[in-house]
Amino acid sequence: MSLFDHTIRELEEKLHNKEIKVADLVDASYKRIHEVDDQVHAFLTLNEENARTAAQEMDEAADKSGSLFGIPAGIKDNIVTKALRTTCASKMLDNFNDPLYDATVMKKLNEQNMITIGKLNMDEFAMGSSNENSGYFITRNPWNTDYVPGGSSGGSAASVAAGEVLFSLGSDTGGSIREPASFCGVVGMKPTYGRVSRFGLVAFASSLDQIGPITRSVEDNARVLEVLAGQDPNDSTSAHLEVPKYTDALTNDVKGMKIAVPKEYLGEGVSPEVKEAVEKALKVYESLGATWEEVSLPHSKYAVATYYIIASSEASSNLARFDGVRYGVRAEADNMMDMFKKSRSQGFGEEVKRRIMLGTFALSSGYYDAYYKKAQKVRTLMKNDYDKIFEEYDVVIGPTAPTPAFKVGEKTDDPLTMYASDILTIPVNLAGVPGISIPCGLSDDGLPIGLQIIGNHFDESTVYRAAHAFEQATDHHKKRPQIGGAN
Amino acid sequence: MTNISKEQVKHVADLARLEVSEEEADMLKDQLSEIITYAELLNELDTTDVEPITHASDLKNVLRKDEPASWITKEEALKNAPDQKDGLFRVPSILE
Repeated sequence: MSLFDHTIRELEEKLHNKEIKVADLVDASYKRIHEVDDQVHAFLTLNEENARTAAQEMDEAADKSGSLFGIPAGIKDNIVTKALRTTCASKMLDNFNDPLYDATVMKKLNEQNMITIGKLNMDEFAMGSSNENSGYFITRNPWNTDYVPGGSSGGSAASVAAGEVLFSLGSDTGGSIREPASFCGVVGMKPTYGRVSRFGLVAFASSLDQIGPITRSVEDNARVLEVLAGQDPNDSTSAHLEVPKYTDALTNDVKGMKIAVPKEYLGEGVSPEVKEAVEKALKVYESLGATWEEVSLPHSKYAVATYYIIASSEASSNLARFDGVRYGVRAEADNMMDMFKKSRSQGFGEEVKRRIMLGTFALSSGYYDAYYKKAQKVRTLMKNDYDKIFEEYDVVIGPTAPTPAFKVGEKTDDPLTMYASDILTIPVNLAGVPGISIPCGLSDDGLPIGLQIIGNHFDESTVYRAAHAFEQATDHHKKRPQIGGAN
Repeated sequence: MTNISKEQVKHVADLARLEVSEEEADMLKDQLSEIITYAELLNELDTTDVEPITHASDLKNVLRKDEPASWITKEEALKNAPDQKDGLFRVPSILE
């Protein structure tokens, strides 16, 4: 049994009882990385020297406070880390070795004495569903390295699944935490829009982006979100709401809970084994005293189209800042305009350029009303669908992704096929509500299947309660990939 | 099917400050046409009386007190710059 099979609470106890030291945890992390990361390729940058120094200091310190004291974590590489290279997996930021400040989430984790093990691979600027758009290399699924880990937080999910770190941070704009969590058999939460500060998260689509934790257990996930959540003066979209103690919601009691199951989430395009796993999960909820009913989210089929217009439009504006002037890579040119164009064309990868082009087109004169404004109106309809359901139900349950992980290279030729992997996660971002993916079974090929639980605005507690009750009633979360032997 | 022309691709690339080769322009012409045609699925919906939203939260006009606070120094601001001179970012000439 690996140290990382324990929950953070259990490790806290072991540290407290002096059964283990922080140095043991950090050792375990790097040892595992050295064993398996040449197969998984989850990490872009390691923080080994600093992490080992921090561990030693913590072991010697009299004050052992902090809810994440000595816990090794990996950070998605679009979250800014002071003095630690932050690339967004883009060649554009290849030389961004010395960021000036920590993202608010990093400050909060550091205040709780978490240890940063390294920075995790992703689809470039978080644009992708498979990690194949990384500007560096492709992260592989630890359950079977022929398959993708999902994306864009592929490194974040794979590193936790492979036992390289105890938890990681991801970001989710259209499914980028939940889809890889589903593909890698781990727990991934996208909080309500506004729950977690985005200050220091390199912006992709500002109205959709949220940072969230990826863990092996629901309990750990709730514990990390307790640290991340809360209003931040540096992010005007972060909500002025008190943060509940999410771990208090893990009561194991879902009696009388009302579950809505959208028929569109188990319809066309959802593979039979995914459908079967979700139906089995619903039976588990029945046995725990919850009830479920089929409902309709009538605008679901418009989600992907709405999302790609809105997210790409916002991205085209947000990525205008990468111009080769203040930081990042600059291409040589004789004049300013050519320098902009050459720097951006050489720095950005194919998918990023495609989305900047799409967004620029949708926002350009003559097309704005037909595409961008239209998509914003459809977004209203989709949000209304969810608001209506939460007047009657506590949570919405369905699959996270229509299929288990697909093979590397299987969908790279056709952007639209790739975009369809996010059909069940995108509506959650558009509506701004919280959603979690938890393991609910394995496919015939031995690949994980994820169950998605969606809650009302700022009601992460109910989502965690539902997720935890299912987890405790089943053993899906105890299954581990066999990579590198025992894990 | 909405067809985006190669000229449109080049115009949009110019707006986005991107350089596209002939080959890339051909590829983008087809891919963007396909994606935009797919997005026209939204035209099935009558949205005449629907208000657009820019985000899903209820927040409006978040203000803070206008007070000075310390931020980064000039030296820090310049330390990741590709090129600098005399405490400023240096860029190629803007005028011909």
